[in-house]
Amino acid sequence: MNSPVKLSCQNLWKIYGVEPDSFFSQANGKVQDSAGHAVKIRDTGHIVACGDVSFDVHVGEIFVIMGLSGSGKSTVVRCLSRLVEPTAGEVLLDGEDLLKKSASELIDIRRHKMGMVFQSFGLMPHLSVMDNIAFPLKLQGMSVPDRRDRAQRVIDLVGLTGREKSYPRQLSGGQQQRVGIARSLAVEPDIWFLDEPFSALDPLIRREMQNEFLSIQNQLQKSIVFITHDFLEALRIADRMMIMRDGQIVQIGTPADLIVNPADDYVADFTNDVPVTRVLTARSIVSTLEDPNQGTDLPKVEEQCCLEDLLPVLAESSGARVCEADGTVLGIVTADNVIRALARETASNEL
Amino acid sequence: MNSETRRWLLWIILIALLLLFQLLGTKNNWFLAYPKGWEVPFSTVLNHAMNWVVEWFGWFFRGLADIFSIPVSWVQQFLQWLPWPVVIAVTAVISWAASGWRLALFSTLALFYMVVVGYWSESMNSLSLVIISVPLAITTGFVFGVWGFRSEQAEKVIVPMLDMLQTIPAFAYLLPILLLFGFGPVVGLIASVLFAFPPMVRNTMLGLRRVPIEIVESGLMSGATPRQLFWQVRIPSASRQMLLGANQTTMAAVSMVIIAAVIGGTADIGWEVLLHVRRAGFGESILAGIVIAFLAMVIDRITYGFVGKESQLPDEEVGYFHRYRYLILGSATALIVFLLANFIPALREWPQSLEVYPADTMNEWLESFVLSWSGIIGTFKSISFFYIMLPVREGLINTISPYSWGFEFTSPLRIGYGVAVILLAGWFAYKRRINLALTILFMGVLLFFGLTKLSWLILLLMASLLGYQLGGIKLGIGTLLALLTLATAGVWTEAMLSIYLCSIAVMISFLVGGLIGVIASEVAVVSKIVRPINDTLQTMPLFVILIPFVMIFKIGEFSALLAIIAYAIVPSIRYTEHGLRSVPSDVIEAGTSMGCTRWQLLTQVKLPLALPVIMLGLNQTIMYAIAMLVIAALVGTNGLGQQVYIGLSDGDFGVGIVAGLGMAFIAMIADRFTQAWNEKRQAVYS
Repeated sequence: MNSPVKLSCQNLWKIYGVEPDSFFSQANGKVQDSAGHAVKIRDTGHIVACGDVSFDVHVGEIFVIMGLSGSGKSTVVRCLSRLVEPTAGEVLLDGEDLLKKSASELIDIRRHKMGMVFQSFGLMPHLSVMDNIAFPLKLQGMSVPDRRDRAQRVIDLVGLTGREKSYPRQLSGGQQQRVGIARSLAVEPDIWFLDEPFSALDPLIRREMQNEFLSIQNQLQKSIVFITHDFLEALRIADRMMIMRDGQIVQIGTPADLIVNPADDYVADFTNDVPVTRVLTARSIVSTLEDPNQGTDLPKVEEQCCLEDLLPVLAESSGARVCEADGTVLGIVTADNVIRALARETASNEL
Repeated sequence: MNSETRRWLLWIILIALLLLFQLLGTKNNWFLAYPKGWEVPFSTVLNHAMNWVVEWFGWFFRGLADIFSIPVSWVQQFLQWLPWPVVIAVTAVISWAASGWRLALFSTLALFYMVVVGYWSESMNSLSLVIISVPLAITTGFVFGVWGFRSEQAEKVIVPMLDMLQTIPAFAYLLPILLLFGFGPVVGLIASVLFAFPPMVRNTMLGLRRVPIEIVESGLMSGATPRQLFWQVRIPSASRQMLLGANQTTMAAVSMVIIAAVIGGTADIGWEVLLHVRRAGFGESILAGIVIAFLAMVIDRITYGFVGKESQLPDEEVGYFHRYRYLILGSATALIVFLLANFIPALREWPQSLEVYPADTMNEWLESFVLSWSGIIGTFKSISFFYIMLPVREGLINTISPYSWGFEFTSPLRIGYGVAVILLAGWFAYKRRINLALTILFMGVLLFFGLTKLSWLILLLMASLLGYQLGGIKLGIGTLLALLTLATAGVWTEAMLSIYLCSIAVMISFLVGGLIGVIASEVAVVSKIVRPINDTLQTMPLFVILIPFVMIFKIGEFSALLAIIAYAIVPSIRYTEHGLRSVPSDVIEAGTSMGCTRWQLLTQVKLPLALPVIMLGLNQTIMYAIAMLVIAALVGTNGLGQQVYIGLSDGDFGVGIVAGLGMAFIAMIADRFTQAWNEKRQAVYS
């Protein structure tokens, strides 16, 4: 990632219990041995919902936090928006520490810079689709015509045109979440939080919504923190992802990194369920060129091309050249490369 | 010896001790009847305190009363001045707005009935009190509800206060208010506000608590300030629950306005009913009672209609007329009718010659009915009296005589009774149903000697032990203190009389109501028939329910019993049906697929699963029975209810409030016991 950092989360801790503050001498949450510290805190009967979490989200990046329920991922995203007050650490938005902001500054930031989508939608039952979406604008005191205009734009964007006057209870789950998405986008936020936005939807709708989410993101290029417990969903949409367990980070990396080099068995457990043909990219199995002119007659594929898409190409020809986006040739792949990679994966799964 | 065995042993010792006391003791033994010398004169002390308050702060309350009486009399005069068709037209339009033309038609007919029968002015007097008290009660309730929601400490004070206000019988409120505020309609107003605001508080707190966290979070993330979050997110999201509270509050206010008529001097419809009930005028009291029932039903349906209403989009595309159609329609009709009334005198005031007041015909009809069925009525009454009520109250030992049962309760029979009880208990003990065996032993002693004759000391210990075993040390001590207060206040006997009447009523209500509920849950037709009857009974102000029973069975404990059952049976039916119907369908499908017959499905699957809900119904039945008990005191019962009533009519604050608090204690103990028991049962499953 070469683009600048939008949101930076440094040494974030959230402790629940009787005396959460007593464990930190410094407000920035820096400790020598974070794993040991967390054990110490747990031994006193406190709960570490989020322990020493640090990561950066770059401009235009989709950063996915993945973990099972109770792993602390929702706590992290709530700490980022200060719906939950972190016990220690720093959250820097455009370099400014959110945790040092006053209540009124925070309201201002939420009104203009943040948008959030909730798992169970969080729609106001008494407001129509239009009023729900215009609600944040109304709170800012925007005039009625202006906010209707603005709301109409996002309504069109999420494909709810014609449903403006419906009430949430009259909509299907997928449509309700469209309202949630539209509402969070109405303020034109810089940073967009999505807390398991599609988990409450059934699988077909979920897939459709993921696609639409990606196409919206293609247009808007927001900086995104996306929470999910669904590893496949994370793989589909993540630029980079972070896996959490028991409030702590297990691994951060691109989806391919995680699959090729899982940090531990916990991560490997997730990756095992993933069809390797969908995850392994041409780049990860490429063999470097022995001489620059090798295989010039072979077809070209992009480096992110996954095995699933690569296999038909290899069925037609003896190999393929793997190129970066700018056309630089990285090397070639042959059926041999694929077989070897698959064999490696299968072997490691059986161990 | 494990703790289970110890527990049983403790109970056996207590029962044995009870038996011993009963056999050895005579009337004057301290352990049988609470000695007069040990009583603490609470009521005298309370009277002195009250006098002191009235003497020093009376001016303040009188001033308040004067202030409140101004709007009351304005509204009263205004409603009296309005021609009756205007009131009907406006009510009809409101009903239409609330729920549709059916309700508009019903309201019109109901109000027209009041006109035709000739109770218009009395009805308007009652209505004007309701009109003033409801907004006051709702506002008070809302403020306290919000306060309780905001601060946990406030909640800790508010909730027990609500418990007290809701369990102290309505009559007991009236006297202190009467003493403080002086005679007049304001007493009814204040009493109805005090009585009616608790449901609003509870529903406001509940509604605000139940706003889903994600809605609050989405409000916060939309950048709401604390004030915006409260008024634009929390309150609208909680509005349905709060409207439900407003509906309950309104109904409570209506019923208290009616009850407040007891103090008289208001010329309202409640007074009219009371007057005729006391004079045993069947026709008159039914005719006036129907007015109250109609008044309550119209108000209930209207407010409930607004609860269920879908919120309308304020939508600029529909025209100005459409948006304000009800307002325009209402004012237009009212104006036209008002103008018409200036020309047609019958519209101003319904002519007396056109009044229909068939009280005499109804009385004659009743008389002939009672005469022709007197045999059956008498038998029914005396069977219930001799075989159920007397044994529980006075014990078989005092009941069985040649006159009542047709034979002497000779020594061999007594021994036979004892042996039978022990054998039955032994059989169940052998079957490992120890609790049932213990209950049978205790009931055996109780039925033999009578509840009112049992040793206060042992009953006190038993109740506390039961409380301790059900709900822990706190409930045990609470029970002990509450009952000890009853004893030291010198109302133990009255309390037992109340408990006796109540428990018979509860038992019958629960058994019969449960049965009806089961049938209603299985047979759709029955459910359809039962539902409107329940609705009506529940909206009916309490003392209207008394009328038919008093008229047929005359004044006395038996009529009271039937009236209590008629009122308290409703929650038993409702909760049983609801519980059975809301058993998850997958469990029923699982049962069916295993080959359950309908009967097996009911007894082995549905009933066990519905039990928690059914027990909630029992809890409510007890509460309803206690509430009705006080009202039933009007037609002659002994016990705390009557004490409350005596206190009120003699102006004896101390006696009334002690008895009122006594009933509140009993109600609270019963409530906590059933809840604790239910929780204990539930804990087994989860």
